[in-house]
Amino acid sequence: MKFKFLSHTADVKFQAFGKNAEEAFENSALALKEAICGKMKIKSNVKKTIKAEGRDFESLLYNFLEKIIYLADAENFLIAEVKEIKIKKFELKAVITGDKASNCKFTNKVKAVTYNEMFAVKKGNKWIIQCVLDV
Amino acid sequence: MYKEKLKKIGEDEYELPKEGKMLVPGRIFISGKMIAEEDALKQVANVAHLPGILKYSIGLADMHVGYGFPIGGVAAFDLDKGVISPGGVGYDINCSVRLLKTNLKKEDAIKKQKEIVNGLYEKIPSGVGRGSRFNITRQELNKLLEGGAKYIVEKGMGTKEDYLHTEEEGQMKKADASKVSERAVKRGIGQLGTLGAGNHFLEVQYVDEIFDEKIAKELGIKKNQITIMIHCGSRGLGHQVASDYIQLMEKKYGFKNLPDRELINAPIKSELGKDYYSAMCAAANFAFANKQLITHWIREEMKKLFPSVKIDVVYDVCHNIAKFEEHIVNGKKKIVCVHRKGATRCFGKGRKEIPESYRKIGQPVIIPGSMGTASYLLIGTKKAEEMTFGSTVHGAGRVSSRSYALKNLSGEEVKKELNKKGIEVQAGSWSSLAEEAPEVYNDIDEVVRVVDELGISKRVARLKPLAVVKG
Repeated sequence: MKFKFLSHTADVKFQAFGKNAEEAFENSALALKEAICGKMKIKSNVKKTIKAEGRDFESLLYNFLEKIIYLADAENFLIAEVKEIKIKKFELKAVITGDKASNCKFTNKVKAVTYNEMFAVKKGNKWIIQCVLDV
Repeated sequence: MYKEKLKKIGEDEYELPKEGKMLVPGRIFISGKMIAEEDALKQVANVAHLPGILKYSIGLADMHVGYGFPIGGVAAFDLDKGVISPGGVGYDINCSVRLLKTNLKKEDAIKKQKEIVNGLYEKIPSGVGRGSRFNITRQELNKLLEGGAKYIVEKGMGTKEDYLHTEEEGQMKKADASKVSERAVKRGIGQLGTLGAGNHFLEVQYVDEIFDEKIAKELGIKKNQITIMIHCGSRGLGHQVASDYIQLMEKKYGFKNLPDRELINAPIKSELGKDYYSAMCAAANFAFANKQLITHWIREEMKKLFPSVKIDVVYDVCHNIAKFEEHIVNGKKKIVCVHRKGATRCFGKGRKEIPESYRKIGQPVIIPGSMGTASYLLIGTKKAEEMTFGSTVHGAGRVSSRSYALKNLSGEEVKKELNKKGIEVQAGSWSSLAEEAPEVYNDIDEVVRVVDELGISKRVARLKPLAVVKG
């Protein structure tokens, strides 16, 4: 399983999984995409490189996901896939593809990433991420 | 279990006793019939840890779990020892509600119900995909961030009464556009005059019942009259302001001593605390301007359908905000910083913050229900100033999650049910209808009964929907 949504009274809570931090971060981005526009299929017309940094894995995740929300609101770009992702210490670089948001009929209901109940940890040989999005 | 610790101290009033590092107790105003969420109670307790908190950490009848502060949470802080917290305001800064009254009657609107809902849906964009109809330069946006609703009126889109009948007269005076980041501006600039998604909506309603004839008359509200309600906020700009300052405060102060990372804060008198407040005010002004633009478009659209229609603002209230207000603490008047997150100010008569035309009756309070259910117009009281730092509920309050709604309800069914009740609806997507279905919210009638009985705001009129537009 790449990610799953959990019950939360008012907001959207998800868990994402991966065999390493990169994969778990990638799957978090896909969970965010689904929270933004549901299961809508997004074309991979445009390529973008995003960089994020943090003081720990949680703040790195916060900043990474926030950049994806920012792209939807400010740059008319909706993510489809993560093509490459590298995490070194608390710095992340990713190449993502997607489409012009105005080509897709949706309204972004995701307002922000929150630290509420957030964790990004290695358990055994798996990475688990949990995050609540404000909607 | 926090629920077991609650001590009943009055009808619909409970204390969450002080323990551990809590500086004050919690105070919950909730009906025995409603179940206070365990996690929301924990958040009330967490807020009580923050430096400089006064009297108690408050949870109101519609409270549910938020991030950091609960939704339906109120806390006031001492100016010298206290803090200001972006998590205590929320990401959607000045998410707020404006109520318009018209000279139309229920029967006029019913004749054109479909045209109204389709016309308003086409005219008022929801956001991404259907972006802003209002183009503004970067320089003008700075003026708007400092001018709020007044700026839009000065551009010829509205009347002076519109902003005079708005909290803060539609303009937080301490706003400083230079404290808003470029990223926040870029997120917001294309979203001016858009509703947004989630729980935001535009609704055409009729006055179903009057509870207080005298006050209703003062507010110009009559039975069967058509009213229009706008619920939206500061869009991406406000969300980014919150996010930016959460990061800056974390960098500066760390979060080691906090019971929850979302409770990050800065001393009210620190540079960063002041900067956040100035940026928050600018975001609040964006929300005021947003509703002013939407009001203007509603007037244009309704004029097409009803050439002699007249539309006036009854009032406009903030739901997510921090404000400096005078309150009595330990028998002494003092200025405190009140955080209201998913809560509405509800001052009693005489306060200087109330528009002159309403000062002798008290502040109008607007409480939207969930989609398809009633909304209420109430009036603020002196008692609220004594009990809740002049605050009351902001809505029905959610009880079920969006994921529950999506699994168990279909948008098509929700629409059918609304149609059966005589309500027309237009939404950006089926899922947004399912997620906001009436059954995932508390019973608004019960929430309003509690605040009316407690006396923290008194019922004036009940409004029922005829047409709903959602993002």
